[in-house]
Amino acid sequence: MLTNILTVALPEIIILISAMSVLLLGVFFKNKNATSLFGITQLTLLIAAYFTSQLPIESKLLAFNNMFVADSLSLYLKLLSYFGLSLVLIYSRDYLLKKNLLNGEFFSLVLFALLGINLIISSYHLLTLYMGIELLSLSLYTLVAIDRKRQEATEAAMKYFILGAVASGFLLYGFSMLYGITGSLYLQEISEQIGVTEVNPMILSFALVFVTVGIAFKFGAAPFQLWVPDVYQGSSTPITMFIGSIPKFASVAMLIRLLYQTLDHLVMDWQLMLLVMAITSMLLGNITAIAQTKIKRLLAYSTISHVGFMLLGLATGAITGISAALFYIATYVLMTLASFGLIICLSNQRGDIDKISDLSGLAKDEPWLAFLLLIIFLSLAGIPPTIGFYAKFSIIQATLQFGWIWPAVIAVMSALIGIYYYLRMIKIAYFDDAIKATKSSKSIHGELTLTLTMNAIALIVLGLFPSPLMDIATLTSALIF
Amino acid sequence: MMMNFILSIAIWTPISLGILLLILQKNLSENIIYKLGNIFGFISFLITIPLYIFFDTTYSGFQFQEISPWISHFSIQYHLGLDGISLPLVMLTSFITWLVIFISSNSISRSLGSYIASFLILSGLMIGVFLALDAILYYVFWEAMLIPMFLLIGVWGGPNRVYATIKFFLYTVLGSLLMLVAFIYLFNQTGSFSIVDFYTKQLSLNAQVFLFIAFFMAFAVKIPMWPVHTWLPDAHVEAPTGGSVILAAIMLKLGAYSFIRFAMPIAPDGLLLLKPYLIAISLIAIVYIALVAIVQTDMKKLIAYSSISHMGFVTLGLFMLNPLGFEGGYVQMISHGFISAALFFSIGVLYDRMHTREIKDYGGVINSMPLFGSFFVLFAMANSGLPGTSGFVGEFLVILGAMQENFWIAFLAALTLIFGATYSLWLVKRIIFGVAKYKKIAGLIDLNAKEFFVMSALAGLTLIIGIYPALITDITNQSSIVMLELIQQSKI
Repeated sequence: MLTNILTVALPEIIILISAMSVLLLGVFFKNKNATSLFGITQLTLLIAAYFTSQLPIESKLLAFNNMFVADSLSLYLKLLSYFGLSLVLIYSRDYLLKKNLLNGEFFSLVLFALLGINLIISSYHLLTLYMGIELLSLSLYTLVAIDRKRQEATEAAMKYFILGAVASGFLLYGFSMLYGITGSLYLQEISEQIGVTEVNPMILSFALVFVTVGIAFKFGAAPFQLWVPDVYQGSSTPITMFIGSIPKFASVAMLIRLLYQTLDHLVMDWQLMLLVMAITSMLLGNITAIAQTKIKRLLAYSTISHVGFMLLGLATGAITGISAALFYIATYVLMTLASFGLIICLSNQRGDIDKISDLSGLAKDEPWLAFLLLIIFLSLAGIPPTIGFYAKFSIIQATLQFGWIWPAVIAVMSALIGIYYYLRMIKIAYFDDAIKATKSSKSIHGELTLTLTMNAIALIVLGLFPSPLMDIATLTSALIF
Repeated sequence: MMMNFILSIAIWTPISLGILLLILQKNLSENIIYKLGNIFGFISFLITIPLYIFFDTTYSGFQFQEISPWISHFSIQYHLGLDGISLPLVMLTSFITWLVIFISSNSISRSLGSYIASFLILSGLMIGVFLALDAILYYVFWEAMLIPMFLLIGVWGGPNRVYATIKFFLYTVLGSLLMLVAFIYLFNQTGSFSIVDFYTKQLSLNAQVFLFIAFFMAFAVKIPMWPVHTWLPDAHVEAPTGGSVILAAIMLKLGAYSFIRFAMPIAPDGLLLLKPYLIAISLIAIVYIALVAIVQTDMKKLIAYSSISHMGFVTLGLFMLNPLGFEGGYVQMISHGFISAALFFSIGVLYDRMHTREIKDYGGVINSMPLFGSFFVLFAMANSGLPGTSGFVGEFLVILGAMQENFWIAFLAALTLIFGATYSLWLVKRIIFGVAKYKKIAGLIDLNAKEFFVMSALAGLTLIIGIYPALITDITNQSSIVMLELIQQSKI
């Protein structure tokens, strides 16, 4: 039994130990030695990644009384989370160090959030799932407020907390109804019960709606997107980068676990809900983004539209849809990290970048960074030969294969709207003259530029050879069931 | 060995040379960058010559094919091939790109290296569009091509460049996204993205009509056909000379080429059903846009509208669906490539000296620039379809083709020979002839050696094709027969 737990949940155990020890060590090390904490955290991620990758992809391993599962989905999403978090830490180090925020608490909270993400990804029981959600959410609320002196940050944290608590309430309510009608908290048993016995359809539909609403809220899909722009804008840029990237893995996992693996018999019912949310998110996200003047708000609305695309893939209820969404989420995170990495890079050099117009004249001052910006935003817009194109391509393919022609057409039209505001960013960086003289006061950390360069180049290289990642996503989705 | 990858080399040489130039430009002086760019452009042109030499004109299928798997999950292949329809366009692309780079140092003062590199990359991507036989490979080249053009207009363009370049980008993308949906639909039907598989797929009439409309949206914007032509005058007016040349000479041809390659053979029954509307739209472009061209006061705009009108001839010829029209449309495409390039070069020559494009600011240029004057008259004549120039051949064949179909279509199309002559010759009269109105014009310096070379090369080609059009038709003959058969077969 113990060996079983050790093989299946070893990465989580390591993360937990590290999260607690980093907090302790932080007290002794203080700010001046934050680098060693940074090293410990990165090392933790590496070790966790090693043990995770040792798990077999084709089998389903259970632990903790079958409440915890390790399968292809968890393998795929967890490895991506480690990789993403590692990049987040590299990007944010200099910025946080300057703001005096790089301490044990930060690393500890980030690791606890990761633990929450891992728990959600691996949950096979409603309680595990809920515990993961709360662990992740509480860490995120605190991370948003970690910059105590900024009033904006506190306000954003408060908003996030209240709305997040409501959403958790919805989920919990849905869970309790599921328990009431099936008498079980195990995902698989619930699914079997709904399939076999006559359950009260009224309660079941209420449960379905509550669960779907909860998922949509955590995902940041319209019409439950109101917290997204405020939280993005209020948090410090590295925290925004974190919130905007890795927790999305957990949201996808939560959706697959709850809708595909638990409520799979109700596919006809949630399909339409997801479709409506997907279309609303794509259109609302892209149209509202046009009117934004602040970068982080713009990226928040862009995130909403990307979530819409993922939901469109997931709404098909088919394996191709899942594989397209899994491919999309990986590329989305890579692009999001690059875009926020770029903002952090510029903020380190020119002072905080807030408005879009702060990017003006970038091509003249920093031709290389401007070129990276070009790649990143073209990728977000989905123009080939960047990876963003294949992400949208595979979603549209899955939609058309399912026979949804009009949703596919709406999706491409909303992508067109998206292209407009991404182009506007490129336009400001390339064609506009600098509004204020922002001659580079400080040179950027070489390591940061190098990471950003590799990140952006990866968008092109993966765009030229998307096959490996696509194959992995396909394999993963084929092995889930 | 080399022959197996001859097409890949034609695509990737200019792209890699362009990237190389981007990297190198930091440490080099303007003069060396220009020379290097010129050499790169010339190399890119030279490597397309073997395509012409080794091309087998008696074979109707695709030659020099390269196939290797690319994205196995969607069975997307890296599949290239050359036939009689793509060969002249590939040659046109590499040649015009070289000329554009050759003359770039005249008008471009800042970041010359990036300017030349953009053209090199653009030329590789456009050749990729002509050679791709896999729909997604084609789509990637087609979209990627927009990026360098977007920057070319946006960075080196005129005062209203930002508006023009974003309009250009969005118009084009709007169409291409629908084309992507069409491709994916076809993939779900055939299980492959190979164009050759698309050709043989049986489809219902309904599906064909929708597919044709989706393709039409993409290609009509590019050609551009009335009523989605409005981006072109803006883009042309704001683009730097080189950008206008490439836009008119090659980019517009991409749309017509894609009609031949995709829309017509894949959805022939849809085409047949929509044929009357397509002919009507083409005729509107020919007649109405020619009338619009007459009243323009900006000479670049005038030539831009004349381009739309001439492309109307191309589409009219293609949609006639008979050999004469098809051949005529194709020759018109190549001929317009040379003539419009020459006209935009000429305007560039004037603009570099006078910094104005308003027709009223000129007059009597012949007094100070006799050489330029003679070339300009020749090109204007060719533009209006004077026999002996390439402009005549295409228009004449298209009108003959239209005559087989219906007298009135031919009559309306022939009207434009009058309108074309009107705006071309009136332009010549106002700019070239008369007395020099302004002092500045009297002091203009005639063509320099570089400009003379470019002008005479284009003039020579215009005359050669005008006198001996078989130079093109021999190449295209076999392929166009096969293509027409494919188009005339019902696929329901």
